[in-house]
Amino acid sequence: MRTRAVAMAIVAALAAASCGSSTSTTASAAGTTQANPCAKANLTLVTPGQLTIGTDNPAFDPYFQGPTGHEWTGKFNHDPYNDQGFEDATAYAVAQQLGFTKDQVKWVAVSFNNSFKPGPKNFDFYLAQVSYSPQRTQGADLSDSYYDVQQAVVALQGTPIASATSVSDLKSYKFGTQIGTTSYDLIQNVVQPSQSTQVYDTLNAALQALKNGQIDGLVTDFPTAYYMANIQLSNGTVVGILPAANSGSKEHFSMVLQKGSSLTECVNGALSALHADGTLAQIQDRWLNQAAHAPDLQ
Amino acid sequence: MATAVISTIVVFTAIGLAIVNSPGWPAVREAFLNGEVFRASFPDIARAFKLNVKIFLVAEAVILVFALGVAMLRSLPGPVFFPIRAIAIIYTDVFRGLPTILVITMLALGVPALQLTGVPVSAVFWATVGLILVYSAYVAEVYRAGIESVHPSQEAAARSLGLSRWQTLRYVIVPQAVRRVIPPLLNDFIGLQKDTALVAFAGPVEVLRQAGIDEAANFNFTPYVCTAVLFLALTIPMTRATDWLIERDRRKRAASGVG
Repeated sequence: MRTRAVAMAIVAALAAASCGSSTSTTASAAGTTQANPCAKANLTLVTPGQLTIGTDNPAFDPYFQGPTGHEWTGKFNHDPYNDQGFEDATAYAVAQQLGFTKDQVKWVAVSFNNSFKPGPKNFDFYLAQVSYSPQRTQGADLSDSYYDVQQAVVALQGTPIASATSVSDLKSYKFGTQIGTTSYDLIQNVVQPSQSTQVYDTLNAALQALKNGQIDGLVTDFPTAYYMANIQLSNGTVVGILPAANSGSKEHFSMVLQKGSSLTECVNGALSALHADGTLAQIQDRWLNQAAHAPDLQ
Repeated sequence: MATAVISTIVVFTAIGLAIVNSPGWPAVREAFLNGEVFRASFPDIARAFKLNVKIFLVAEAVILVFALGVAMLRSLPGPVFFPIRAIAIIYTDVFRGLPTILVITMLALGVPALQLTGVPVSAVFWATVGLILVYSAYVAEVYRAGIESVHPSQEAAARSLGLSRWQTLRYVIVPQAVRRVIPPLLNDFIGLQKDTALVAFAGPVEVLRQAGIDEAANFNFTPYVCTAVLFLALTIPMTRATDWLIERDRRKRAASGVG
Protein backbone atom coordinates (compact mmCIF):
# COMPACT_ATOMS: atom_id res chain seq x y z
CA MET A 1 0.00 0.00 0.00
CA ARG A 2 2.73 2.35 1.10
CA THR A 3 5.03 1.58 -1.85
CA ARG A 4 2.17 1.97 -4.28
CA ALA A 5 1.41 5.41 -2.91
CA VAL A 6 5.08 6.38 -3.26
CA ALA A 7 5.27 4.99 -6.77
CA MET A 8 2.15 6.92 -7.76
CA ALA A 9 3.57 10.08 -6.28
CA ILE A 10 6.72 9.68 -8.37
CA VAL A 11 4.67 9.02 -11.51
CA ALA A 12 2.54 12.09 -10.81
CA ALA A 13 5.64 14.22 -10.16
CA LEU A 14 7.30 13.03 -13.37
CA ALA A 15 4.13 13.68 -15.34
CA ALA A 16 3.82 17.15 -13.86
CA ALA A 17 7.49 17.91 -14.53
CA SER A 18 7.42 16.71 -18.12
CA CYS A 19 4.24 18.65 -18.93
CA GLY A 20 5.42 21.77 -17.16
CA SER A 21 8.63 21.96 -19.15
CA SER A 22 7.20 21.21 -22.55
CA THR A 23 3.82 22.91 -22.69
CA SER A 24 4.43 24.43 -26.09
CA THR A 25 5.49 21.19 -27.71
CA THR A 26 2.47 19.23 -26.42
CA ALA A 27 0.13 22.01 -27.47
CA SER A 28 1.46 22.05 -31.02
CA ALA A 29 1.60 18.27 -31.15
CA ALA A 30 -2.06 18.03 -30.17
CA GLY A 31 -3.03 19.79 -33.36
CA THR A 32 -1.26 17.23 -35.52
CA THR A 33 -1.59 13.47 -35.68
CA GLN A 34 -0.55 13.01 -32.01
CA ALA A 35 -3.19 11.67 -29.61
CA ASN A 36 -5.35 14.29 -27.87
CA PRO A 37 -3.80 14.78 -24.38
CA CYS A 38 -7.31 15.35 -22.98
CA ALA A 39 -8.70 12.09 -24.33
CA LYS A 40 -9.90 10.01 -21.39
CA ALA A 41 -7.24 7.33 -21.93
CA ASN A 42 -4.42 9.92 -21.84
CA LEU A 43 -5.41 11.69 -18.63
CA THR A 44 -3.12 11.34 -15.62
CA LEU A 45 -5.52 10.43 -12.82
CA VAL A 46 -5.29 9.57 -9.13
CA THR A 47 -7.01 6.26 -9.90
CA PRO A 48 -6.83 5.24 -13.59
CA GLY A 49 -10.19 5.03 -15.33
CA GLN A 50 -11.93 6.96 -12.59
CA LEU A 51 -12.36 10.69 -11.99
CA THR A 52 -11.81 11.50 -8.32
CA ILE A 53 -13.41 14.78 -7.27
CA GLY A 54 -12.84 16.42 -3.90
CA THR A 55 -15.17 18.68 -1.98
CA ASP A 56 -15.75 19.82 1.56
CA ASN A 57 -17.66 17.91 4.20
CA PRO A 58 -20.28 19.14 5.08
CA ALA A 59 -21.32 19.94 1.50
CA PHE A 60 -23.70 22.88 1.76
CA ASP A 61 -26.77 24.17 -0.01
CA PRO A 62 -27.24 25.48 -2.67
CA TYR A 63 -24.02 24.01 -4.06
CA PHE A 64 -24.89 20.48 -3.02
CA GLN A 65 -28.48 19.37 -2.55
CA GLY A 66 -30.57 16.25 -2.04
CA PRO A 67 -30.34 13.57 0.67
CA THR A 68 -27.32 12.77 2.84
CA GLY A 69 -25.22 9.68 2.17
CA HIS A 70 -21.71 8.13 2.10
CA GLU A 71 -19.50 10.22 4.44
CA TRP A 72 -21.76 13.27 4.06
CA THR A 73 -24.09 12.97 7.04
CA GLY A 74 -25.91 15.38 9.34
CA LYS A 75 -28.78 17.81 9.21
CA PHE A 76 -27.49 20.38 6.71
CA ASN A 77 -25.31 17.99 4.69
CA HIS A 78 -25.82 16.53 1.20
CA ASP A 79 -24.35 13.54 -0.61
CA PRO A 80 -22.31 14.70 -3.65
CA TYR A 81 -23.20 11.42 -5.43
CA ASN A 82 -26.74 12.88 -5.76
CA ASP A 83 -25.73 15.01 -8.79
CA GLN A 84 -27.95 17.72 -7.31
CA GLY A 85 -27.03 21.31 -6.51
CA PHE A 86 -25.01 23.84 -8.48
CA GLU A 87 -21.44 22.61 -7.90
CA ASP A 88 -22.49 18.97 -7.83
CA ALA A 89 -24.16 19.23 -11.26
CA THR A 90 -21.23 21.29 -12.60
CA ALA A 91 -18.74 18.63 -11.49
CA TYR A 92 -20.76 15.86 -13.17
CA ALA A 93 -21.08 17.94 -16.35
CA VAL A 94 -17.28 18.41 -16.46
CA ALA A 95 -16.82 14.68 -15.82
CA GLN A 96 -19.16 13.84 -18.69
CA GLN A 97 -17.38 16.31 -20.96
CA LEU A 98 -14.08 14.57 -20.15
CA GLY A 99 -15.66 11.23 -21.09
CA PHE A 100 -16.56 9.76 -17.69
CA THR A 101 -19.87 8.10 -16.93
CA LYS A 102 -21.65 8.89 -13.68
CA ASP A 103 -20.43 5.72 -11.98
CA GLN A 104 -16.81 6.44 -12.94
CA VAL A 105 -16.93 9.50 -10.69
CA LYS A 106 -15.67 9.04 -7.14
CA TRP A 107 -16.03 11.74 -4.46
CA VAL A 108 -13.60 12.31 -1.60
CA ALA A 109 -14.05 14.64 1.36
CA VAL A 110 -11.13 17.09 1.41
CA SER A 111 -10.74 20.00 3.79
CA PHE A 112 -9.92 23.37 2.24
CA ASN A 113 -6.30 23.39 3.56
CA ASN A 114 -5.64 19.96 2.11
CA SER A 115 -6.76 21.09 -1.34
CA PHE A 116 -3.57 23.10 -1.82
CA LYS A 117 -1.00 21.52 0.52
CA PRO A 118 2.26 20.49 -1.17
CA GLY A 119 2.74 16.89 -2.30
CA PRO A 120 0.51 14.39 -4.08
CA LYS A 121 -3.25 14.87 -3.85
CA ASN A 122 -6.00 12.31 -3.41
CA PHE A 123 -8.28 14.08 -5.90
CA ASP A 124 -8.13 15.01 -9.59
CA PHE A 125 -9.89 18.30 -9.01
CA TYR A 126 -11.52 19.96 -6.03
CA LEU A 127 -14.47 22.32 -5.98
CA ALA A 128 -15.94 23.96 -2.90
CA GLN A 129 -16.61 27.64 -3.61
CA VAL A 130 -12.91 28.46 -3.93
CA SER A 131 -12.41 31.94 -5.38
CA TYR A 132 -9.64 32.67 -7.85
CA SER A 133 -6.80 35.03 -6.94
CA PRO A 134 -3.39 35.40 -8.62
CA GLN A 135 -1.55 34.78 -5.30
CA ARG A 136 -3.32 31.45 -4.88
CA THR A 137 -1.98 30.15 -8.18
CA GLN A 138 1.47 30.01 -6.54
CA GLY A 139 0.29 27.03 -4.47
CA ALA A 140 -2.08 25.23 -6.85
CA ASP A 141 -3.54 25.31 -10.33
CA LEU A 142 -6.87 27.10 -10.51
CA SER A 143 -9.26 26.43 -13.37
CA ASP A 144 -11.13 29.05 -15.36
CA SER A 145 -14.40 30.35 -13.92
CA TYR A 146 -17.40 28.09 -13.46
CA TYR A 147 -19.34 30.78 -11.62
CA ASP A 148 -18.97 34.55 -11.33
CA VAL A 149 -19.66 35.24 -7.68
CA GLN A 150 -20.64 38.27 -5.62
CA GLN A 151 -20.33 38.69 -1.87
CA ALA A 152 -23.28 39.75 0.26
CA VAL A 153 -24.00 40.83 3.84
CA VAL A 154 -26.44 38.80 5.97
CA ALA A 155 -27.98 40.37 9.08
CA LEU A 156 -30.92 39.89 11.42
CA GLN A 157 -34.14 41.73 10.53
CA GLY A 158 -34.75 44.83 12.59
CA THR A 159 -31.10 45.34 13.60
CA PRO A 160 -29.58 48.76 12.70
CA ILE A 161 -27.27 47.30 10.03
CA ALA A 162 -30.26 45.85 8.14
CA SER A 163 -31.25 49.32 6.94
CA ALA A 164 -27.81 50.11 5.47
CA THR A 165 -27.93 51.10 1.80
CA SER A 166 -24.29 51.90 1.06
CA VAL A 167 -20.84 50.58 1.91
CA SER A 168 -20.16 53.66 4.02
CA ASP A 169 -23.27 52.85 6.11
CA LEU A 170 -21.56 49.57 7.08
CA LYS A 171 -18.34 50.98 8.49
CA SER A 172 -19.42 51.26 12.12
CA TYR A 173 -20.56 47.62 12.45
CA LYS A 174 -18.80 44.43 13.48
CA PHE A 175 -18.44 41.75 10.80
CA GLY A 176 -17.70 38.08 10.77
CA THR A 177 -16.95 35.45 8.15
CA GLN A 178 -15.35 32.06 7.61
CA ILE A 179 -11.57 31.66 7.61
CA GLY A 180 -9.79 31.37 4.29
CA THR A 181 -12.40 33.30 2.33
CA THR A 182 -12.18 36.23 -0.04
CA SER A 183 -15.10 37.58 2.03
CA TYR A 184 -12.54 38.51 4.69
CA ASP A 185 -10.42 40.46 2.19
CA LEU A 186 -13.54 42.24 1.01
CA ILE A 187 -14.51 43.24 4.58
CA GLN A 188 -11.00 44.53 5.30
CA ASN A 189 -10.35 46.25 1.96
CA VAL A 190 -13.76 47.43 0.75
CA VAL A 191 -15.90 47.88 3.88
CA GLN A 192 -12.97 48.81 6.16
CA PRO A 193 -15.02 48.56 9.37
CA SER A 194 -13.97 50.41 12.52
CA GLN A 195 -14.38 47.30 14.70
CA SER A 196 -12.20 44.19 14.48
CA THR A 197 -13.52 41.47 12.18
CA GLN A 198 -14.23 38.02 13.63
CA VAL A 199 -13.11 34.98 11.66
CA TYR A 200 -14.63 31.53 12.29
CA ASP A 201 -13.67 28.03 11.22
CA THR A 202 -17.06 27.32 9.77
CA LEU A 203 -19.97 29.32 8.44
CA ASN A 204 -22.12 27.64 11.07
CA ALA A 205 -20.02 29.19 13.83
CA ALA A 206 -20.27 32.58 12.10
CA LEU A 207 -24.03 32.13 11.85
CA GLN A 208 -24.24 31.32 15.57
CA ALA A 209 -22.22 34.47 16.34
CA LEU A 210 -24.69 36.49 14.25
CA LYS A 211 -27.60 35.03 16.21
CA ASN A 212 -25.74 35.78 19.46
CA GLY A 213 -25.21 39.41 18.54
CA GLN A 214 -21.42 38.93 18.65
CA ILE A 215 -21.29 40.22 15.07
CA ASP A 216 -23.72 42.55 13.28
CA GLY A 217 -23.18 41.28 9.76
CA LEU A 218 -21.96 38.06 8.15
CA VAL A 219 -20.27 38.28 4.75
CA THR A 220 -20.31 35.31 2.37
CA ASP A 221 -21.02 34.53 -1.29
CA PHE A 222 -24.50 35.58 -2.39
CA PRO A 223 -26.07 32.14 -2.98
CA THR A 224 -25.00 31.06 0.52
CA ALA A 225 -26.08 34.41 1.99
CA TYR A 226 -29.51 34.06 0.40
CA TYR A 227 -29.86 30.51 1.70
CA MET A 228 -28.84 31.55 5.22
CA ALA A 229 -31.17 34.55 5.32
CA ASN A 230 -34.18 32.65 4.00
CA ILE A 231 -33.76 29.05 5.12
CA GLN A 232 -31.33 28.80 8.04
CA LEU A 233 -32.39 31.96 9.89
CA SER A 234 -36.00 32.61 10.82
CA ASN A 235 -35.43 36.37 10.98
CA GLY A 236 -32.57 36.86 8.52
CA THR A 237 -32.17 39.30 5.69
CA VAL A 238 -29.63 39.99 2.94
CA VAL A 239 -28.62 43.62 3.51
CA GLY A 240 -27.08 43.90 0.07
CA ILE A 241 -24.37 42.87 -2.34
CA LEU A 242 -20.87 44.26 -1.89
CA PRO A 243 -18.89 45.68 -4.81
CA ALA A 244 -15.91 43.59 -5.98
CA ALA A 245 -12.51 44.26 -4.43
CA ASN A 246 -11.03 45.38 -7.77
CA SER A 247 -13.70 47.38 -9.51
CA GLY A 248 -14.11 46.11 -13.05
CA SER A 249 -12.85 42.58 -12.42
CA LYS A 250 -15.39 39.98 -11.34
CA GLU A 251 -14.66 37.47 -8.63
CA HIS A 252 -15.10 33.88 -9.77
CA PHE A 253 -15.02 30.33 -8.44
CA SER A 254 -12.28 28.00 -9.70
CA MET A 255 -11.60 24.31 -9.38
CA VAL A 256 -8.37 23.50 -7.54
CA LEU A 257 -5.84 21.11 -9.12
CA GLN A 258 -2.34 19.95 -8.28
CA LYS A 259 0.19 22.66 -9.14
CA GLY A 260 1.35 22.00 -12.70
CA SER A 261 -1.30 19.32 -13.29
CA SER A 262 -1.71 18.15 -16.87
CA LEU A 263 -5.44 17.95 -16.15
CA THR A 264 -5.87 21.72 -15.71
CA GLU A 265 -5.96 22.44 -19.45
CA CYS A 266 -8.43 19.61 -19.99
CA VAL A 267 -10.76 20.87 -17.24
CA ASN A 268 -10.55 24.37 -18.74
CA GLY A 269 -11.37 22.90 -22.15
CA ALA A 270 -14.39 21.12 -20.71
CA LEU A 271 -15.58 24.29 -18.92
CA SER A 272 -15.18 26.32 -22.08
CA ALA A 273 -17.28 23.78 -24.04
CA LEU A 274 -19.95 23.80 -21.30
CA HIS A 275 -20.01 27.61 -21.39
CA ALA A 276 -20.33 27.61 -25.16
CA ASP A 277 -23.20 25.13 -25.42
CA GLY A 278 -25.16 26.74 -22.59
CA THR A 279 -24.92 23.78 -20.18
CA LEU A 280 -23.39 25.87 -17.36
CA ALA A 281 -26.13 28.50 -17.71
CA GLN A 282 -28.75 25.74 -17.55
CA ILE A 283 -27.19 24.28 -14.40
CA GLN A 284 -27.15 27.73 -12.85
CA ASP A 285 -30.81 28.28 -13.76
CA ARG A 286 -31.81 24.96 -12.35
CA TRP A 287 -29.89 24.97 -9.04
CA LEU A 288 -29.43 28.59 -8.02
CA ASN A 289 -32.58 30.47 -7.12
CA GLN A 290 -33.13 32.87 -9.99
CA ALA A 291 -35.69 34.83 -7.99
CA ALA A 292 -33.00 35.60 -5.41
CA HIS A 293 -31.91 39.18 -5.56
CA ALA A 294 -30.65 41.85 -3.20
CA PRO A 295 -29.79 45.54 -3.58
CA ASP A 296 -26.27 46.53 -4.58
CA LEU A 297 -24.36 48.45 -1.94
CA GLN A 298 -22.35 51.21 -3.55
CA MET B 1 32.94 15.56 24.67
CA ALA B 2 34.56 15.27 21.23
CA THR B 3 32.57 12.11 20.58
CA ALA B 4 29.36 13.92 21.49
CA VAL B 5 30.15 16.76 19.10
CA ILE B 6 31.02 14.42 16.24
CA SER B 7 27.98 12.19 16.72
CA THR B 8 25.72 15.25 16.95
CA ILE B 9 27.12 16.66 13.71
CA VAL B 10 26.78 13.30 11.95
CA VAL B 11 23.20 12.74 13.11
CA PHE B 12 21.97 16.24 12.26
CA THR B 13 23.77 16.30 8.91
CA ALA B 14 22.21 12.95 8.01
CA ILE B 15 18.70 14.15 8.97
CA GLY B 16 19.23 17.44 7.13
CA LEU B 17 20.49 15.72 3.97
CA ALA B 18 17.62 13.22 4.05
CA ILE B 19 15.09 16.08 4.17
CA VAL B 20 16.80 18.32 1.61
CA ASN B 21 17.28 15.45 -0.86
CA SER B 22 13.75 14.06 -0.50
CA PRO B 23 11.72 14.16 -3.73
CA GLY B 24 9.12 16.51 -2.23
CA TRP B 25 11.62 18.98 -0.72
CA PRO B 26 11.40 21.72 -3.39
CA ALA B 27 7.59 21.72 -3.05
CA VAL B 28 7.77 21.73 0.76
CA ARG B 29 10.36 24.53 0.79
CA GLU B 30 8.17 26.57 -1.52
CA ALA B 31 5.03 25.93 0.58
CA PHE B 32 6.50 26.33 4.07
CA LEU B 33 9.68 28.40 3.78
CA ASN B 34 8.79 31.02 1.21
CA GLY B 35 10.78 34.18 2.08
CA GLU B 36 8.50 36.46 0.13
CA VAL B 37 5.35 35.25 1.93
CA PHE B 38 7.21 35.37 5.26
CA ARG B 39 8.14 39.03 4.82
CA ALA B 40 4.68 39.95 3.56
CA SER B 41 2.78 38.24 6.38
CA PHE B 42 5.11 38.98 9.31
CA PRO B 43 3.80 42.50 10.20
CA ASP B 44 0.16 41.34 10.34
CA ILE B 45 1.06 38.24 12.31
CA ALA B 46 3.18 40.17 14.80
CA ARG B 47 0.28 42.61 15.30
CA ALA B 48 -2.14 39.72 15.89
CA PHE B 49 0.33 38.18 18.37
CA LYS B 50 -0.21 41.14 20.71
CA LEU B 51 -3.72 39.83 21.40
CA ASN B 52 -2.22 36.48 22.47
CA VAL B 53 0.20 38.22 24.84
CA LYS B 54 -2.64 40.30 26.35
CA ILE B 55 -4.85 37.24 26.84
CA PHE B 56 -1.92 35.38 28.40
CA LEU B 57 -1.11 38.17 30.88
CA VAL B 58 -4.72 38.62 32.01
CA ALA B 59 -5.36 34.88 32.26
CA GLU B 60 -2.12 34.23 34.15
CA ALA B 61 -2.89 36.86 36.81
CA VAL B 62 -6.40 35.49 37.40
CA ILE B 63 -5.27 31.84 37.39
CA LEU B 64 -2.59 32.42 40.05
CA VAL B 65 -5.19 33.73 42.52
CA PHE B 66 -8.20 31.62 41.55
CA ALA B 67 -6.30 28.30 41.48
CA LEU B 68 -4.74 28.96 44.89
CA GLY B 69 -8.25 29.55 46.24
CA VAL B 70 -9.45 26.24 44.79
CA ALA B 71 -6.42 24.40 46.21
CA MET B 72 -6.93 25.88 49.67
CA LEU B 73 -10.62 24.97 49.66
CA ARG B 74 -9.72 21.44 48.66
CA SER B 75 -7.18 21.26 51.49
CA LEU B 76 -9.64 22.27 54.21
CA PRO B 77 -9.74 19.44 56.72
CA GLY B 78 -12.72 18.04 58.64
CA PRO B 79 -16.19 16.73 57.79
CA VAL B 80 -17.86 20.19 57.96
CA PHE B 81 -16.01 21.31 54.84
CA PHE B 82 -16.86 18.19 52.84
CA PRO B 83 -19.31 19.96 50.45
CA ILE B 84 -16.70 22.61 49.68
CA ARG B 85 -14.03 19.97 49.07
CA ALA B 86 -16.48 18.07 46.85
CA ILE B 87 -17.12 21.16 44.70
CA ALA B 88 -13.38 21.77 44.35
CA ILE B 89 -12.80 18.12 43.39
CA ILE B 90 -15.63 18.11 40.81
CA TYR B 91 -14.33 21.35 39.32
CA THR B 92 -10.74 20.09 38.90
CA ASP B 93 -11.94 16.73 37.54
CA VAL B 94 -14.27 18.25 34.98
CA PHE B 95 -12.01 20.99 33.65
CA ARG B 96 -8.87 18.86 33.56
CA GLY B 97 -10.86 16.23 31.68
CA LEU B 98 -12.24 18.52 28.96
CA PRO B 99 -10.25 19.50 25.88
CA THR B 100 -9.45 23.23 26.14
CA ILE B 101 -10.68 23.89 22.62
CA LEU B 102 -14.08 22.46 23.54
CA VAL B 103 -14.43 24.65 26.63
CA ILE B 104 -13.45 27.76 24.66
CA THR B 105 -15.79 27.08 21.75
CA MET B 106 -18.75 26.22 23.98
CA LEU B 107 -18.32 29.22 26.27
CA ALA B 108 -17.61 31.77 23.52
CA LEU B 109 -20.47 30.71 21.25
CA GLY B 110 -22.79 29.27 23.88
CA VAL B 111 -22.98 31.76 26.76
CA PRO B 112 -23.80 34.79 24.58
CA ALA B 113 -26.59 32.71 23.02
CA LEU B 114 -28.36 32.80 26.39
CA GLN B 115 -29.05 36.50 25.68
CA LEU B 116 -28.74 37.44 29.34
CA THR B 117 -28.61 41.18 29.92
CA GLY B 118 -25.42 42.38 31.54
CA VAL B 119 -23.47 39.28 30.49
CA PRO B 120 -20.66 40.14 28.03
CA VAL B 121 -20.99 38.80 24.48
CA SER B 122 -17.32 39.36 23.64
CA ALA B 123 -15.70 36.21 22.26
CA VAL B 124 -12.30 37.28 23.60
CA PHE B 125 -13.81 37.58 27.08
CA TRP B 126 -15.38 34.12 27.09
CA ALA B 127 -12.41 32.47 25.42
CA THR B 128 -10.18 33.92 28.15
CA VAL B 129 -12.62 32.63 30.79
CA GLY B 130 -12.31 29.19 29.16
CA LEU B 131 -8.52 29.28 29.39
CA ILE B 132 -8.72 30.42 33.01
CA LEU B 133 -11.13 27.62 33.97
CA VAL B 134 -9.04 24.88 32.32
CA TYR B 135 -5.64 26.08 33.47
CA SER B 136 -6.81 26.88 37.01
CA ALA B 137 -7.84 23.24 37.35
CA TYR B 138 -4.27 22.17 36.54
CA VAL B 139 -2.62 24.89 38.61
CA ALA B 140 -4.87 24.11 41.60
CA GLU B 141 -3.52 20.56 41.54
CA VAL B 142 0.05 21.88 41.42
CA TYR B 143 -0.67 24.07 44.45
CA ARG B 144 -2.30 21.14 46.23
CA ALA B 145 0.76 18.97 45.63
CA GLY B 146 2.81 21.80 47.17
CA ILE B 147 0.49 22.07 50.17
CA GLU B 148 0.65 18.31 50.77
CA SER B 149 4.43 18.30 50.49
CA VAL B 150 4.72 20.48 53.61
CA HIS B 151 5.54 18.14 56.48
CA PRO B 152 2.61 17.44 58.88
CA SER B 153 4.83 18.50 61.80
CA GLN B 154 4.56 22.08 60.50
CA GLU B 155 0.80 21.97 60.89
CA ALA B 156 1.01 20.35 64.30
CA ALA B 157 3.46 23.00 65.47
CA ALA B 158 1.26 25.84 64.21
CA ARG B 159 -1.85 24.36 65.79
CA SER B 160 -0.03 23.92 69.12
CA LEU B 161 0.79 27.64 69.00
CA GLY B 162 -2.94 28.33 68.97
CA LEU B 163 -3.44 29.11 65.26
CA SER B 164 -6.79 28.06 63.78
CA ARG B 165 -6.92 25.58 60.89
CA TRP B 166 -7.47 28.42 58.43
CA GLN B 167 -4.66 30.53 59.91
CA THR B 168 -2.34 27.53 59.80
CA LEU B 169 -3.09 27.07 56.11
CA ARG B 170 -2.82 30.78 55.35
CA TYR B 171 0.34 31.71 57.32
CA VAL B 172 2.30 28.48 57.67
CA ILE B 173 1.48 25.93 54.99
CA VAL B 174 0.69 27.97 51.85
CA PRO B 175 3.76 30.26 51.93
CA GLN B 176 6.04 27.22 52.03
CA ALA B 177 3.95 25.35 49.47
CA VAL B 178 3.95 28.18 46.93
CA ARG B 179 7.73 28.54 47.04
CA ARG B 180 8.14 24.86 46.27
CA VAL B 181 5.80 24.81 43.29
CA ILE B 182 7.10 27.86 41.42
CA PRO B 183 9.00 25.77 38.83
CA PRO B 184 6.02 23.51 37.96
CA LEU B 185 3.79 26.61 37.91
CA LEU B 186 6.01 28.24 35.33
CA ASN B 187 5.80 25.02 33.36
CA ASP B 188 2.02 25.33 33.20
CA PHE B 189 2.34 28.93 32.08
CA ILE B 190 4.50 27.91 29.15
CA GLY B 191 1.58 25.68 28.19
CA LEU B 192 -0.85 28.56 28.66
CA GLN B 193 1.17 30.80 26.34
CA LYS B 194 0.82 28.26 23.54
CA ASP B 195 -2.84 27.58 24.21
CA THR B 196 -3.80 31.22 23.71
CA ALA B 197 -3.84 30.17 20.04
CA LEU B 198 -7.01 28.17 20.79
CA VAL B 199 -8.87 31.46 21.21
CA ALA B 200 -8.85 31.53 17.39
CA PHE B 201 -11.66 28.98 17.34
CA ALA B 202 -14.04 31.47 18.96
CA GLY B 203 -13.57 34.03 16.18
CA PRO B 204 -11.07 36.70 17.32
CA VAL B 205 -8.22 37.28 14.89
CA GLU B 206 -5.28 36.33 17.08
CA VAL B 207 -2.00 34.98 15.73
CA LEU B 208 -3.14 31.53 14.59
CA ARG B 209 -6.22 32.94 12.86
CA GLN B 210 -4.17 35.64 11.14
CA ALA B 211 -1.77 32.94 9.93
CA GLY B 212 -4.73 30.95 8.61
CA ILE B 213 -6.01 34.01 6.76
CA ASP B 214 -2.60 34.63 5.18
CA GLU B 215 -2.28 30.94 4.37
CA ALA B 216 -5.58 30.87 2.49
CA ALA B 217 -4.86 34.13 0.68
CA ASN B 218 -1.55 32.83 -0.69
CA PHE B 219 -2.18 29.06 -0.77
CA ASN B 220 1.08 28.86 1.19
CA PHE B 221 1.85 27.59 4.70
CA THR B 222 4.78 29.89 5.49
CA PRO B 223 2.63 32.12 7.78
CA TYR B 224 2.46 29.17 10.20
CA VAL B 225 6.26 29.03 10.32
CA CYS B 226 6.18 32.75 11.02
CA THR B 227 3.80 32.13 13.94
CA ALA B 228 5.97 29.31 15.25
CA VAL B 229 8.98 31.64 15.33
CA LEU B 230 7.03 34.20 17.40
CA PHE B 231 5.85 31.58 19.90
CA LEU B 232 9.36 30.19 20.31
CA ALA B 233 10.72 33.70 20.86
CA LEU B 234 8.37 33.93 23.84
CA THR B 235 8.40 30.40 25.25
CA ILE B 236 12.10 29.49 24.96
CA PRO B 237 13.34 32.32 27.23
CA MET B 238 10.64 31.34 29.72
CA THR B 239 11.62 27.68 29.53
CA ARG B 240 15.29 28.54 30.11
CA ALA B 241 14.34 30.82 33.03
CA THR B 242 12.29 28.02 34.58
CA ASP B 243 15.21 25.60 34.33
CA TRP B 244 17.49 28.18 35.89
CA LEU B 245 15.05 28.73 38.79
CA ILE B 246 14.74 24.99 39.41
CA GLU B 247 18.54 24.65 39.44
CA ARG B 248 18.97 27.63 41.79
CA ASP B 249 16.33 26.24 44.14
CA ARG B 250 18.04 22.84 44.16
CA ARG B 251 21.43 24.42 44.99
CA LYS B 252 19.94 26.54 47.79
CA ARG B 253 18.29 23.56 49.41
CA ALA B 254 21.47 21.51 49.12
CA ALA B 255 23.45 24.34 50.74
CA SER B 256 21.01 24.95 53.60
CA GLY B 257 20.35 21.27 54.14
CA VAL B 258 16.57 21.85 54.19
CA GLY B 259 14.65 19.31 52.14
